[in-house]
Amino acid sequence: MTRYTVFSGAGVGTGKFHKTFDAALSRAWWVLESVPDPEIPVVSLRELGILRDVRRGADNVLEIVITPTYSGCPAMMQIADDIARALDDAGLAPYRIKTVLAPAWTTDWISESARPKLIAYGIAPPSTPCATNGLSPERTPDVVRFVRGASEQHAMPVCPRCGSGQTERLAEFGSTACKALYRCLECREPFDYFKPY
Amino acid sequence: MTTTAEHLAYVLRLADNALILGQRNAQWCGHGPVLEEDIALANMSLDLIGQARLLYSHAATLEFTLTGIRKTEDDYAYWRSESEFANYTLVELPHFGPLCSTARADHDYAVTIVRNFLYAALAVHLWTALKASVDDELAAIASKSAKEARYHRHHARDWLVRFGDGTDESHRRAQAALDYLVPYTREFFTRDPIEDAIAAAGIGPVTADIESAWSNDVADAVVEATLALPDPVQHVTTGKCGEHSEHMGYLLAEMQCLARQHPGAAW
Repeated sequence: MTRYTVFSGAGVGTGKFHKTFDAALSRAWWVLESVPDPEIPVVSLRELGILRDVRRGADNVLEIVITPTYSGCPAMMQIADDIARALDDAGLAPYRIKTVLAPAWTTDWISESARPKLIAYGIAPPSTPCATNGLSPERTPDVVRFVRGASEQHAMPVCPRCGSGQTERLAEFGSTACKALYRCLECREPFDYFKPY
Repeated sequence: MTTTAEHLAYVLRLADNALILGQRNAQWCGHGPVLEEDIALANMSLDLIGQARLLYSHAATLEFTLTGIRKTEDDYAYWRSESEFANYTLVELPHFGPLCSTARADHDYAVTIVRNFLYAALAVHLWTALKASVDDELAAIASKSAKEARYHRHHARDWLVRFGDGTDESHRRAQAALDYLVPYTREFFTRDPIEDAIAAAGIGPVTADIESAWSNDVADAVVEATLALPDPVQHVTTGKCGEHSEHMGYLLAEMQCLARQHPGAAW
């Protein structure tokens, strides 16, 4: 591990202000940028908000902080394995992968850069921000069409293929727990929608 | 905050509810009434089992602090016996109306939906309150679980309304399910020493404080579904105290037998 002193001063205990550039830390961020989500391989873990931090622990060991999306997300073990492999291949061991639950993952953490990538891949990104309320019952999306009564047109996702706003929900759960299955009424193609969470 | 036996018992209660309901709903996997519901129940079971895993991991930490004994999620799920599980009786019931012992009937989706709704309506309020727990890990689990519970409630409520305000058959089945299952919810709100200790320590809410919010949600949905709540009953079920119905043993046998036949095995 190489350290470059940018400002004057030494390490802990000298009383002088110092700042050093940690090349290994920087390289770790760069390496992990290329680790995609195993289910949606066009976006990185950082872009989905799963990779939260890359830092030095109290014992100076490289620490990778990840957070699960849904409580039962079955991809978390794969994600940890993928991170470990990327760091091993880059010669960045030793390291520690830490899973934190708080603050709770939210689709609000999906980066702006991820949205066009999701659309190009055929997944409509979440159309509503969640803030602290998540899926409050007052803001629920449309009811399935064969329930009698008016269907609330609330922030319907846009078709990722043709851009039409005339879409309808087919099923609450799509290819994974975090997505719902929709259909475009214009181009008639089905698509996955990343549910606000 | 020092760990107490009541704290551990409370976390296990939450975990057991999630695990047992997850196990029950997973029985529909491959047998759902329509494909979308088959997938929905499998996914919601996954949420619940995920919550159970997080809670069991947390319980293991608490138990180690309390007793020095190291346990794993699997120890809690597969190696405890019936009287050690503290889930509500409601969540262990099979997917059909009141039959005793080994008697069986076809699975009734109305029973599944009504049970899920009654439980999810509680879970939303409970998890929301637990976000303020002095137990940071529990508060973190609560933040995630509350979001998932809202989605589960939304799903179950949609179907409840559809069944009630649907055909004669769906209405009849939904009403029968309500008549059967609502009495099991008395157990949610009865006080006991564990909940008193938890509330006093700021770890969780007094569940009785949640009762009126839950009742309002349930009444609201039942009215919209053109159904009626059954008359109140005297009996209070005792699942949370480790005394279960005759159905729990069969559920545990199915859930635990593989692990017990191959102790220590790993994938």
